[in-house]
Amino acid sequence: MKSKKLTLMQKRALTGLIFISPWLVGFIVFYLVSLIKTIQFSLCKVSVADTGGYALAFKGLSNFKYALFQDADFNQILVNSVIGMLVDMPLIIFFSLFMAILLNQKFKGRTIVRAIFFIPVIMNAGAINDALELARQLIAGGLSAVASDAGTSSSGVNVYFLFDTFSELGIPRGLIDYIIGAVSRSYDIVRASGVQIIIFLAALQSVPGSLYEVSKIEGATAYETFWKVTFPMVTPLILTNVVYTIVDSFVTSDVVDMAYKVAITDHKYGISSAMSLLSTGVVSIVLIIVGILVSRKTFYYN
Amino acid sequence: MELIEKMKQSKDSIKLFANSSNRVNEQKKLLSKTKRILLNVLRFILIVGISYIILSPLITIISRSFFSAEDVYNPLVLLLPINPTLENFRIAASRMSYVSTLTSTIIYVLSLMLIQLFICSMVGYGFARFNFPFKKLLFACVIFTIIIPTHTIMLPIYMHFRKFDLFGLVQLFTGKDGINLLSTRVPMYIMTIFGCGLRSGLYIYIFNQFFRGLPKEIEEAAFIDGAGSFYTYFRIMLVNAIPSIITVSVFSIVWQYNDMFYSKLFSIKADYSMSIKISTLQATIQNMDKITDPKLAQIYLYAGIVLTVLPVVLMYIGLQKYFMEGVERSGIVG
Repeated sequence: MKSKKLTLMQKRALTGLIFISPWLVGFIVFYLVSLIKTIQFSLCKVSVADTGGYALAFKGLSNFKYALFQDADFNQILVNSVIGMLVDMPLIIFFSLFMAILLNQKFKGRTIVRAIFFIPVIMNAGAINDALELARQLIAGGLSAVASDAGTSSSGVNVYFLFDTFSELGIPRGLIDYIIGAVSRSYDIVRASGVQIIIFLAALQSVPGSLYEVSKIEGATAYETFWKVTFPMVTPLILTNVVYTIVDSFVTSDVVDMAYKVAITDHKYGISSAMSLLSTGVVSIVLIIVGILVSRKTFYYN
Repeated sequence: MELIEKMKQSKDSIKLFANSSNRVNEQKKLLSKTKRILLNVLRFILIVGISYIILSPLITIISRSFFSAEDVYNPLVLLLPINPTLENFRIAASRMSYVSTLTSTIIYVLSLMLIQLFICSMVGYGFARFNFPFKKLLFACVIFTIIIPTHTIMLPIYMHFRKFDLFGLVQLFTGKDGINLLSTRVPMYIMTIFGCGLRSGLYIYIFNQFFRGLPKEIEEAAFIDGAGSFYTYFRIMLVNAIPSIITVSVFSIVWQYNDMFYSKLFSIKADYSMSIKISTLQATIQNMDKITDPKLAQIYLYAGIVLTVLPVVLMYIGLQKYFMEGVERSGIVG
């Protein structure tokens, strides 16, 4: 009897493995092997032979040393990307949570507004953004475009006016810079939060209505209801969104472009691998730290 | 005289006292009503404002795409062209070879979407319902594929497909321009079939969460009635997974359509990829039509962008209702 049951279990296990087998093969071939190869490349000088193969010559850590200490741009781009990511992340999370709560209320034209909020996801094609950027630069002419970008904001807000107002109020300089930066990048932030809004919206829909009923009967105000019911219920999704935001902004960051260029244009495969690994390592560390910090505050209903 | 007035005053004050509780109630009502109205107004302003932020570049692009050359140089024209023209669209469409590019892109995107749906739902189902050794570790690997940026492994993949030596043909050709698997669409299909396509990990995760939320009784009933595992998956689970299927389809179409990373990595020919076409459109028009003024070339680019975005927007408008419902019921939320 017992052995028969075991075979059934084994049969189930085998069926399960068959179900996941396409992914398993792909994971091993494309991810595991590739990751090992990337590490291998990063430790070697890679020269591509004419036959399409490649030759490896072990170089130790010199590729990493080159990327970190000799390459003119890599350091700066990596640091800038990580800082930009960390600066934008809280803004994106708060904004998308806020918008999801707003869109979750019942009002006329809700469907249209929800459709509008998904437009950035559709329009956020790298190609379109690149093309637009190029067109803008061509019109303004190379360097002057960069200079004018630094001064005026993309959202058409008069930044200097805001700056004067706030600094007269005696608000610390760093905070002002952060807020002004956020305001002038409002379009980028709105654009980057499409998927996050959808995820939060779905989370809000799944909060059981009975919890709201209870809090209403107990006489909680809307403010209390938010902090005691809504917010704890969506905290698990905050972690998801934080991870999504970091990964998403990293994939589109300049570091990736640089690693790509170094490999494809300059054919420095070893250095490119080292750069990829370094940036991935940094982002993984950021992910782990942020993940630990956020998951401490996370509340699980079940 | 004074006395009478005092009397009156005291009477009034008594009246006032009697009414006060009533009045407080009314005041409260009025206050909450004003509060509600104010909140509504605030919400309206916020939503309109943010919608404007989202829509303003789109509005500019759409309106500029109808500009004629005179409108571009006319400082009085800001949003509504005086001489609207469809010429921009004609030229942009012909330079992008719009119909053929779009057709092949749509075939590419839709076929990849179908593969994604099939493979990812299958893998998600496998993870959700079966117990096998190292299941937790393997699922952690799925999460790993979501988190690890693809560019970390792009070089080995690039080389893998560069000398993807199935027919021995590859040796004859070298470099990026050679007729190997690069610059065709085959690598993307291979990757997707093996569950490593564009954001496949996320789709597997979504399907897994959804299947885990479905009641087990349905399957057990099917199993007792003599249905095999694959039959159950195809005819029973997949039918129930429509919310997830719609979510994943929309995401898959949109992201695949917009994807530049894999198109660039595999150097997919521009004829098959709308996103590559649009990124080179301005240069093409400047060269072929001898339009050296970037301001003029820009209106053609805008027309091209409108043409590029249009199919996805139409698709989204069609699926929007189901998509939102699907997101709410599908597995994105654990």
